[in-house]
Amino acid sequence: MKVLVTENLRINLDTELWECRHCGVELISARENYKRGLLVYNRDPREIHKPLLDPTRYKHTYSPNPDWCRILEYYCPKCGTMMETEYLPPGHPPLRDIEFDIDALKAQWKDREEVVEPTLGEAPKRKSHSHAGHSH
Amino acid sequence: MNEPKTAFDEQKIRDKFLEENQLFLSPDPAIMADHGFGPRSATEEAIFKKGMDPHLANEVRGRVLAALDESNTMIEQMGAAPGAKWGDMAAAIFTAQGDLSMIAPYGVFAFAGACHYPIKFIIKYWTNEPTVGVRDGDAFIHNDSRYGGIHNTDQSCIMPLFWKGRIIAWLSATIHEGENGSCEPGGMPAAAESKFDEGLKMSPFKFVENFKIRRDLLTFLQNSVRDPKLQSEDMKVKLHSVLRLRERVMRILEEFGEEALIGTLRKNLEDVDAEVRRRIRELPDGTTRVAVFPDSTLRENVLMKWSMAVTVKGEKMTLDMRGSSPEFLNRSINTNQASTKTLILSDYLQNIWPDLQPTSAVMAPVEILFDERSLLNGSFDVPQAMSLIPLFKAMTILTVPMAKFSYMLPHHYTAIAAPQYDQPATMIYGGLTQNNENVGNFCADINGNGQGGRNYCDGEHSLCPPFAAMCDIGEMEITEEELPMVRLGAFTLTKDRAGFGKFRGGSGYEQIVTSRRTGFWGFMTGCTGSVFTPTLGLFGGYGPPVYPLCKIRNVDIFEKLKTAPQNIKFDIIDLMNNRPVEGATYSTHDMGMTFELAKPGEVYMICQGAGGGYGDVLLRDPALVAKDLEEDLISPETARDIYKVVIDPATLVVDEAATQALRDAERRARIARGKPFDEFVKEWNTAEPPEHLPYFGSWDNPKVIYGMSGGQRVKMDSDKIVSMFMPNPKDMKIAELENELAQVRAQLAKLGV
Repeated sequence: MKVLVTENLRINLDTELWECRHCGVELISARENYKRGLLVYNRDPREIHKPLLDPTRYKHTYSPNPDWCRILEYYCPKCGTMMETEYLPPGHPPLRDIEFDIDALKAQWKDREEVVEPTLGEAPKRKSHSHAGHSH
Repeated sequence: MNEPKTAFDEQKIRDKFLEENQLFLSPDPAIMADHGFGPRSATEEAIFKKGMDPHLANEVRGRVLAALDESNTMIEQMGAAPGAKWGDMAAAIFTAQGDLSMIAPYGVFAFAGACHYPIKFIIKYWTNEPTVGVRDGDAFIHNDSRYGGIHNTDQSCIMPLFWKGRIIAWLSATIHEGENGSCEPGGMPAAAESKFDEGLKMSPFKFVENFKIRRDLLTFLQNSVRDPKLQSEDMKVKLHSVLRLRERVMRILEEFGEEALIGTLRKNLEDVDAEVRRRIRELPDGTTRVAVFPDSTLRENVLMKWSMAVTVKGEKMTLDMRGSSPEFLNRSINTNQASTKTLILSDYLQNIWPDLQPTSAVMAPVEILFDERSLLNGSFDVPQAMSLIPLFKAMTILTVPMAKFSYMLPHHYTAIAAPQYDQPATMIYGGLTQNNENVGNFCADINGNGQGGRNYCDGEHSLCPPFAAMCDIGEMEITEEELPMVRLGAFTLTKDRAGFGKFRGGSGYEQIVTSRRTGFWGFMTGCTGSVFTPTLGLFGGYGPPVYPLCKIRNVDIFEKLKTAPQNIKFDIIDLMNNRPVEGATYSTHDMGMTFELAKPGEVYMICQGAGGGYGDVLLRDPALVAKDLEEDLISPETARDIYKVVIDPATLVVDEAATQALRDAERRARIARGKPFDEFVKEWNTAEPPEHLPYFGSWDNPKVIYGMSGGQRVKMDSDKIVSMFMPNPKDMKIAELENELAQVRAQLAKLGV
């Protein structure tokens, strides 16, 4: 039985391991912080949110200040999918953002059917109107 | 030596004396700490003992909803405040004990969700107070968020509904009025350094007797604000919408009987409570965490931690906000715990469980923990006029920790989405209009925040404010009839300024404004997020960028438009980089700007922001990237450098093979540059916030709180937080300039000059 936890991560309840949903690689024990099974890169935010105003003329350019804000990018070590991003001040310890009680999770899913594909919603229907034999 | 014991009776007498002789009826801590709903009254108990027919309840619920809808529409059609015209208002009905049971379908949840606090205050303190009392035909007014509410711009009209001589429900109407006589026009003064700079501070008091507004009190209130016409008109609008609601509910009482109404109002609470508990039980036991960092007090740049840990155990949910920034004694961005809870209620209803009936019961099973004297649980004395800064986070951030609990479920109640843009990006204005009227308010652009990317599609552009689903951004032509403000350019969606991801966030739009035909006009903006990205992405998506305030000053743009309009393109990036208006002064600033006078024809520019991105950018369908390019939402550089999609610039056709190769290369590059987590944190983690950061809140340990007071870093135990006192930015600037001057003088002296 595997439980889908995010767009990129799942927990294998039988092996008690975090796995990448894209390549299936086993990352680390489900009782651990999943980030310990990933690669991390300290990204200068100006590389993603590029200066749109001339930085030689203006203090503010639409780019975050790299001395205040960094982006930690978390990658799957096997397929290179970006599993999470974390915007932090430099040096701030990364959060343990998911910490489940694995025994309780196993008990909870004992009587549930496995969800292999995530349940997706759908965009609300747009209002349309009809005239002259056609609608749009 | 043992203390002498007080005799029981003497203690009782002393307590009674103190209760009856309270010097000042400040907000009641017991009321303000209770965000749930009370036990059944004897009447409700008797009704449920007999049995409440669910079909009858459904019929009554439908009739009450129709009545609420009508009252809400009345406010919208007649209200004078810009907020009322574009949906920033609500009509609601409460049980006899003051618990919120239903609100108008298009109303602002938070307005109704905050009103139970003042209603409970009225019940507790004014019902048996001989100098006040609560009678049929009375109504009460209220705006001070310390007694319940979001901020002091919002004014409520609250009326008891009497039936056969006793109160069986309470009715309310609330509008974001704006102007309230604060130290800056518009009711949201970033410059407020104490609560006495905030303008009107109405604890709940009676302003209507025998269904009529008391003229003496109306005059007092008009005399206290810059816009006496607005104050008068909207007090009448709120009263009459409540009176219509009263009439309609009385027709329901005549038709169905009082037991049907009382039972239905109570049943709404109990049904929602049971359903929320069931939904919490579905989630896994555990904890998910999130932190964001608002970057400005609106007077200076600082980094304030806004922290939330959500813990689920069985049917209990706990939101732990401890470790967040301490409060500021002389800055306006604090909020109180009731306001924070009300906006978290709004987050649940807008983003997590939008299918639930909006009642007080949604939050009843949720416990919320705060530090004392924190930014999110500010004390009575700190200013809270720009509480929207932390509160906009409260309205949006829950999507991140809740997504990590609920993604796994076999069914969802709405989309899993990255957070919506979480700042009030709108121009606030004040001055004398072309019609010779004093005004102060904000623009309805506050209602156009971009939505976060969703688990099945992109976020919607400029969808709605985070506090309500059905508000509109307004018609500029109507605004220009009343105000000397002119909107230059259309509501153009921002380019390259969304949260990138597999499904990108919806964009915001550019607001380029100026003024004319006025001798006295000014603007302010009250946003954070010009230094540190304000909004988060989800599951590997990026947040949006940061947003500055841009100005073109010392010019009358209308004069330039007369002579060479073809040179001026109303696009912020083009205006600022190409500087088509010769002789003007161009500058960029933090989006936190206190009120500033602007000459006619000077141009102020900000953006409404974008939602966060959802999922890895490399997983975005190349066809969607090409569509973004075609719709001018991104540049070819973003398509290539961020999404790694190769597109022919002439035909916009995607080169699938080259895209695959570029994306494969990027995946390899990620693996090559990424470090294993344990190795990374050894280099990355610091024991304390870096020296150069004016940092407020916990770092690695939520029980240790950092801050700065009087310009010096302080470190406090979380149970001994003291309020932060900030130096005046102008004093800091003067000190900096004096220092520079001293250095220059020293150099000149060396040179013998």
